[in-house]
Amino acid sequence: MVDNLGLIGQRTLEHVSIVGVAVGIAILTGVPIGIAITQSKRAADIVLGIASVIVTIPSVALFGLMIPILSTIGQGVGYLPAVIAVLLYSQLPIIRNTYVAITNVDPAMREAAKGLGMTTMQRLMWVEIPLAVPVVMVGVRVAVVMNIGITAIAAYIGAGGLGTFISRGISQTDPRQLITGAIAVSVLAIVSDYFLLFVQKKLTPPQSTVID
Amino acid sequence: MIRMENLTKIFDTPDGDITAVNHVNMEVPAGEICILLGPSGCGKTTTLKMINGLIPKSSGKIFIDGKDTDTVDPVELRRNIGYVIQQIGLFPNMTIEDNICVVPDLLGWEKAKSRKRAAELLELVNLVPSAFLKRYPKELSGGQQQRVGVIRALAADPPVLLMDEPFGAIDPINRAVIQDEFLKMQKEIKKTIMFVSHDIDEAIKMADKIAIFKDGVLEQYSAPDDLLASPANDFIASFLGQDRTLKRLSLLCVDDVKFGEEYKVHGEADLANAIAQMKELGHQNIVVTGLRGRARAFLHLNDIMGKKGVIEEYRQALPAVANVKEDLKTAVSTMFRHDVSWLACVDDDGFYKGYITQKAISRALSAIYRDETLNTKR
Repeated sequence: MVDNLGLIGQRTLEHVSIVGVAVGIAILTGVPIGIAITQSKRAADIVLGIASVIVTIPSVALFGLMIPILSTIGQGVGYLPAVIAVLLYSQLPIIRNTYVAITNVDPAMREAAKGLGMTTMQRLMWVEIPLAVPVVMVGVRVAVVMNIGITAIAAYIGAGGLGTFISRGISQTDPRQLITGAIAVSVLAIVSDYFLLFVQKKLTPPQSTVID
Repeated sequence: MIRMENLTKIFDTPDGDITAVNHVNMEVPAGEICILLGPSGCGKTTTLKMINGLIPKSSGKIFIDGKDTDTVDPVELRRNIGYVIQQIGLFPNMTIEDNICVVPDLLGWEKAKSRKRAAELLELVNLVPSAFLKRYPKELSGGQQQRVGVIRALAADPPVLLMDEPFGAIDPINRAVIQDEFLKMQKEIKKTIMFVSHDIDEAIKMADKIAIFKDGVLEQYSAPDDLLASPANDFIASFLGQDRTLKRLSLLCVDDVKFGEEYKVHGEADLANAIAQMKELGHQNIVVTGLRGRARAFLHLNDIMGKKGVIEEYRQALPAVANVKEDLKTAVSTMFRHDVSWLACVDDDGFYKGYITQKAISRALSAIYRDETLNTKR
């Protein structure tokens, strides 16, 4: 294993690259969608419904579904379908948490913001989004941890990543590769979660330190 | 100045139209505090929120400093009206400094100017700027937060301030302190303030004028003392409470009802002089003053009747005195505590200023048509 540290590192980078790029794009799309649907209960029900259905599709099936579609642009297997799958799976936690965070902003905050003369946009940028960030970050953490697992399966469609050790371990009945892959995926998930928790805390305003 | 003409709000609900505010006409003169008072659902908060457009009005007109608010963009309008809410509503993601500077920032003030203003305002409410500017709202106590809530509304120096039960969420002890601070501040800043409250005592203490609402109708709009002395109808009388006459005690001060400043004796005067003065005053006691006129002691008629000698022999210590600036509530409380029916009145330096008696107080309270001097004292 020690001899293969270089290879493990390379696979980890591939793994991180798939999850990082996909969740990054998911934040850029999911947060605005989550904010937009706060304007209409009906739209929110529809969007959250679709996002929930996507999550219920087994990842292997989703990869399979994408092969014929993406083959038309010559990308049936590999990096692109893996990123797209992770992107789709990330939508639900991110959209839902954004939606919940914005709708749960204390009405007093909204009234104060409006009463002081903020426009809808200023209210969103100055107050509602900053207040929603900690909750959105929880969604991001869920998406990241969940998709580090899903990305392991993407090895089967040739996307690389730590899943390669697992798939090879299974096909070659080599427990060493299997265990290496499994442990590496777990460690990556735990480390990522803690890192994002740290970021989340940095983005959360200080809590009460007053003893009344 | 805030003026409302036929202000009406009709809410369109599934159960039909509900008239929350019904043709309200009133005017709050510049620099005065007007408190909207009434049971819940009476339309007082709706009235307040129509002024800054948080609730759109159904009909009628609102003028601020003579300007029709319909002609002003609502966002622009709100930036020029201070607004304080019961839940305080400080933004937890911003420091105290940034919270105070919200409106100046919205108005595009220079940073240096608005930050300097924030520090000045904190000092105005007795919070040390260096200790608070960089802290977050959750790190402050409720009372401190509400002080910040009030100065945030004042940051851009708006002429008009709207407050929706601003002191409602604070414990009674802190509330009294903040109310006093606020009144002191108002003496300096002289804003036109409209203020919703459900606390009659708060209204009596703070208002220049009280507007009482019932079912969306403005029932009476008068100065607190007029309201307590002559409620316009039974609803207002019962709303103010059976003890409304006692509530007037806190509106009148000792100076309003004291009398007999010229009746006093000094230590060397003879007893006959003291007796003569008591008879003239119709009071069985007289205050003995020191050389420079400070209230020192008193004589009782029964002690000196038919006696000879000097005043020094018969004088008794004053059980307590009333400061002329105290309200009658404090003076009455002092009387009850010492089981006396009168007190000698003194100024801050202890100089004798007259008598205050239970009889004079009850006469003042029963007077519905008070004389002009009482009216202008407030």
